[in-house]
Amino acid sequence: MRTVALAGRVFKEVYRDKAGITLGIIYPAMLMVIFMLIEGHVPVDIFEPINIMPGITVFSFAFLTMFSASMLSRDREKAFLIRLLTTPLKPGEFILAYSLPYFLIALLQTVVMFITGTLFGAPAGIGYITSLLFLLPTAMICIGIGMILGSLFAESALPAPGTITIVVIAFFSGAFADFKMIGGIVRTIALILPFSHAVDGIRSILAGNPLSEVMNSLYLVVAYALLFYLLGILFFRWRTRSV
Amino acid sequence: MSETPAIQMMGITKRFGKLTAVNNVDLSIKRGEVFSLLGPNGAGKTTTIKMLCCLLKPTSGSAIVLGYDINRDSEKIKQIIGVSPQETAVAEKLTTRENLNLMARIYGFSKEDARERVETLLDMTELSERSNDRVKRLSGGMKRRLNLAMALISDPDLLFLDEPTLGLDPHARRSIWKQIEAFKGKKTILLTTHYLEEADALSDHVAVIKDGKIVAHGTPHELKRDAAVMQIMVIRAQRIPEACIDELKTNYPFVKETAEGLEIRGERLVFDGIVDLIRSHGVKIEWLTMKQPSLDDVFSSLVEEEGAE
Repeated sequence: MRTVALAGRVFKEVYRDKAGITLGIIYPAMLMVIFMLIEGHVPVDIFEPINIMPGITVFSFAFLTMFSASMLSRDREKAFLIRLLTTPLKPGEFILAYSLPYFLIALLQTVVMFITGTLFGAPAGIGYITSLLFLLPTAMICIGIGMILGSLFAESALPAPGTITIVVIAFFSGAFADFKMIGGIVRTIALILPFSHAVDGIRSILAGNPLSEVMNSLYLVVAYALLFYLLGILFFRWRTRSV
Repeated sequence: MSETPAIQMMGITKRFGKLTAVNNVDLSIKRGEVFSLLGPNGAGKTTTIKMLCCLLKPTSGSAIVLGYDINRDSEKIKQIIGVSPQETAVAEKLTTRENLNLMARIYGFSKEDARERVETLLDMTELSERSNDRVKRLSGGMKRRLNLAMALISDPDLLFLDEPTLGLDPHARRSIWKQIEAFKGKKTILLTTHYLEEADALSDHVAVIKDGKIVAHGTPHELKRDAAVMQIMVIRAQRIPEACIDELKTNYPFVKETAEGLEIRGERLVFDGIVDLIRSHGVKIEWLTMKQPSLDDVFSSLVEEEGAE
């Protein structure tokens, strides 16, 4: 009950932040529409709805990092976290309350991106549900990074690491450009990071390929999700112990 | 009210690396009293409160809070205390009512009980008219009242108020004082402040803390009585040499250049001796006066003594 109450507050604060919602949901959706309109005139594989939709959805999750980092950082600076730490809330309840709402936001982002993609011809089907296997751990990675940044940085210092995170996800996910064409170090980094694996995995699922074909990618994304979420928890615990 | 103290601090100490923020503090706070921890910024007031609220573990020593040990029973203590942090610790994008409701739910109130408690506190803190406004639209004074109301949500026996009127105008400050005064005798309140007037107006007991140590302790009346034995001399002269000031400091613990002139404080100032000493350095005294000490002067003597040496 306490977790639900606090998670509800976190969710309310995020959706009442009009600038955040615009950046995290409306901006990526508009970007996707623009790319798909371009694809209508100048056919480019990567801008086809089935390709751009997974890329933009993963890209939109980068803003979850900013949402969760800003909230945690602000609560630290305004002493709201101190207030909460003097209540009977337990550490596990804190962590759930500070992360669960962002999974809801991630679902909302997914629904908006998928509806937009479908309107432009992405093939709706069971693949939309299956792709959540990749999307939820990817969201978890972004939330974990947000918890780390929110524990380390003051709100005023967040734009720099936040923007770097967004750029890294945008670039190395292959959402906007086929990094395989670029090759070299870029391709190596992209293959080490989980984001391109998530995007390619979803593309494969939406193309109707069996899940077994992308299981290795899925394992990698889930492993990254567990790693970053665990790191997020550790940083959060460290920060709450040194208020 | 029970005879056992609400808070019993026993040699409580907190170190951050080489810095000793709170140094071996022993204090006892009676149930139902308003106790002020008075001191300048960085004196150790907030660190003391954080240890008593179980936010920080003491490096050594302990404290018993309403019968529970802060080193062992943090969960139990958190159930029965209310804390109003120094900053206005509120959720800015929630409404006044939503903030209070959130706290009620965190303390395990049912929806019905939470609604009732929230209404009571909105009335008590005169925030009913602004209950549906987002907090970011409230004035500083209103946010402070909300801060207090949030600390009161569980109707705790013990309230910690960390600088409850920091940065408020006199009118808003008096409004918070009125709320605190209403709890006198009913709840134990430990408040930190660096406003002497506040400690004087509200407290049954005051402890002055400096560099993590308690340097004076008593009722406001007792501290004022101490003030009466202090003398203050203010001398205006053109350029008093450092050597002269250093010599004065060997006899008097508090010698400081202020906007008014050179201020010397002590229990027995030897008028002729001071004047002769200054003149012996070739200084021409332009103006000299004796000042009536206030409680403020006692406080500043206590907290500035070391720096003036």
